[in-house]
Amino acid sequence: MIGIIDYGMGNLHSVSKALERLGLPYFLASEPEKLIKAEGLILPGVGSFRDAMTILKDNRQDGFIKTWSKDGRPLLGICLGMQLLFEGSEENGNTEGLKLLSGYAKRFKGVSDEGVGYKVPHMGWNKLTFNQPNHQILKGTEEGHVYFVHSYVVETEKKDVVIASSDYFGEVPAVVGQGLTMGAQFHPEKSGQLGLQVLENFGKIVTGRRTIREQI
Amino acid sequence: MVTKRIIPCLDVKEGRVVKGVQFVDLRDAGDPVELASFYDNQGADELVFLDISASHEGRKTMVEVVNEVAGTLAIPFTVGGGINTLEDMKRILRAGADKVSLNTAAVTSPELITEGADYFGSQCIVVAIDAKYDDSLGSWRVYTHGGRTETDWEVTEWAKEVTSRGAGEILLTSMDQDGAKNGYDLPLIKRVNEVVTVPVIASGGAGEKSHFVEVFEEAGADAALAASIFHYKETSVEEVKSYLREQGVNVR
Repeated sequence: MIGIIDYGMGNLHSVSKALERLGLPYFLASEPEKLIKAEGLILPGVGSFRDAMTILKDNRQDGFIKTWSKDGRPLLGICLGMQLLFEGSEENGNTEGLKLLSGYAKRFKGVSDEGVGYKVPHMGWNKLTFNQPNHQILKGTEEGHVYFVHSYVVETEKKDVVIASSDYFGEVPAVVGQGLTMGAQFHPEKSGQLGLQVLENFGKIVTGRRTIREQI
Repeated sequence: MVTKRIIPCLDVKEGRVVKGVQFVDLRDAGDPVELASFYDNQGADELVFLDISASHEGRKTMVEVVNEVAGTLAIPFTVGGGINTLEDMKRILRAGADKVSLNTAAVTSPELITEGADYFGSQCIVVAIDAKYDDSLGSWRVYTHGGRTETDWEVTEWAKEVTSRGAGEILLTSMDQDGAKNGYDLPLIKRVNEVVTVPVIASGGAGEKSHFVEVFEEAGADAALAASIFHYKETSVEEVKSYLREQGVNVR
């Protein structure tokens, strides 16, 4: 069963609905005591990085998520939830993140290298390029368009963290991961068939581990 | 690079799609859920639902519609019409809409834009602007109450005001072009697009495929909304998008 981490940041409904459509069982919870019973966790979220980290700390969810990830259990951050997996963000000054992945969220500059202004947020459908086409989270998908809404973009020196990327006046890490700690900058629940496939793949990673455990 | 979006708009009254949508292949042409899936399958990038219910009951029905649409649609959708309080926004967004659109309420209580943006994030808050050219102003004037009430706002001033208050997107309707089917109001769209840094959705006037090319290429719109041209099957989302692709416009 997938546990969706409820911490009051944004819309859990569309993620839940997408899992229902895929026939993936899930529950919503905020308490670590309940979430620990899940086989995989989804960390959704839209809004402010700093508010999100404050709430995660107040709910004792931050330490729980870190331990979960370090134990090698499946975790998928979506949008802000993905950015929270990194070291920090320059939103509202600098705020520390969960530090599970190497990289930092920085605001889109709003001006291109050639000095031309562009719109922020990065909102709408943009094309994915697969950096790691054989990654299990991309199984059965092809490079296509997905739906983004964000004003901050992760910058990372560790290129092997980036599984798929998009281009918006520079590289936008779109699917990231290290081991089973993964994230999507776009909204898979709002990205048509490609997005649903990514969620389904996460579901398969979660149930796949169960099968292995049962065999042992 | 981010693609240009095509957004069909559906008017919903007491839970039913109105304006005589003509689809022979649908079981129930008035069912918002079925129509939403239809447009999703055609390649629509987003949908807008405009609740034109006059009654309280109708508004409650809209929440149920949103809940049901959210369960079937895999693309984002916006709900507008009758959203006057933070509570109204909460009801609609919690039912599964991705964005809410404020129109009259944004003018009468502009603090609502900020409250909504603080609570849900700017990406959830669309401000719909109805504008009409005014000779004495030498520019476009903003109207409310479905175009019945004139305000003191000049359109670019209002657009700047709403974005500074936290609007994440502007849905800009030309009252002069609306229903005329001879193209979007390019000067209006261009003018507003120049003064804001959030996406602008152009609305009003789409009558043929070439109008979409113009509004993207000449006016710089980020998205184009249309209703009757799609509902009456004068063209389809699929056709428009393949035409745009041929013309070199970046679409999904």
